[in-house]
Amino acid sequence: MTDTKIAYEDFEVGGTIEFGPRAVLAEEMIDFATQYDPQPMHLDQAAGEASLLGGLAASGLFTASIFMRMMCDGYLLNSTSQGSPGLDYVNFRRPLMAGDTVRGRTTVLSKRESASRPGLGFVSVKHELFNQNDELVCEMANTGMFLMRDGGAAA
Amino acid sequence: MTLDAALAIGETVTLGRHTFEADEIKAFASKYDPQRFHVDEEAAKASVFGRLCASGWHTAAMWMKHTVASFPATAERARARGATLTFGPAAGLRELKWLKPVYVGDTITFTRTAESHRALVSKPGWRLLSSRCEAHNQNGEPVMRFVSLTLVKAE
Repeated sequence: MTDTKIAYEDFEVGGTIEFGPRAVLAEEMIDFATQYDPQPMHLDQAAGEASLLGGLAASGLFTASIFMRMMCDGYLLNSTSQGSPGLDYVNFRRPLMAGDTVRGRTTVLSKRESASRPGLGFVSVKHELFNQNDELVCEMANTGMFLMRDGGAAA
Repeated sequence: MTLDAALAIGETVTLGRHTFEADEIKAFASKYDPQRFHVDEEAAKASVFGRLCASGWHTAAMWMKHTVASFPATAERARARGATLTFGPAAGLRELKWLKPVYVGDTITFTRTAESHRALVSKPGWRLLSSRCEAHNQNGEPVMRFVSLTLVKAE
């Protein structure tokens, strides 16, 4: 099983992973906003139109959360990922609107082996989320931890 | 009215606290971050985290929930200082760090400290507010930290 998973060795600097597409429904945006970010512009069409966002638009954290899910389905769940201690930045470049269809791309910026934990490596990546017009909606960068093939076999 | 006073620059506000239960950890993660250590107690035991823990995005979303709940008090304080606040969308996050896992049963306290602001040339009347955002567990240990960049209007 382990060899079929994406491990540290499989990431190539400059390489990209594409994932999606995913349609974003008004009801799931509203459901998230109701629970975590109940600002009128994320809950209501008219309030969204009256806001800077120009329509019913997602909470930034909803955008980040579905972006995470798309990465999980795209490759993380089928990898030796050991999680990530955080992100360098997240930029919300344009609103994610109800009815949009988004796709994602991860680009490997650099990688290095852990000095303290044999079998573990750090992969620095940039993630970009585009809408159906190929406009950048969200970008983020982080360093994820991945086991090497042998390390993965041991885990 | 000074903008610094209206935006409470340098003042740390305790937004509230939340105890993370297993059901909500799994419910959030199953939608947005279904890595095994967020959705399955047994698998979490075998993972680097040792126990079921919340998705970092779940912790961030709960920070947002408490922030939005604090908006009326934030606006009231600004009014007492002679300003009317309008809250706009988020522009991004910086240096997001998940410092320790948030485990089942942890009670997390959320804070926000407004640090600086500047005029947005592209959006007349709006300012970009930079805030230090933190979450601590019941032992006083920091579990999450980031800088939020949010649009705000103070008139």
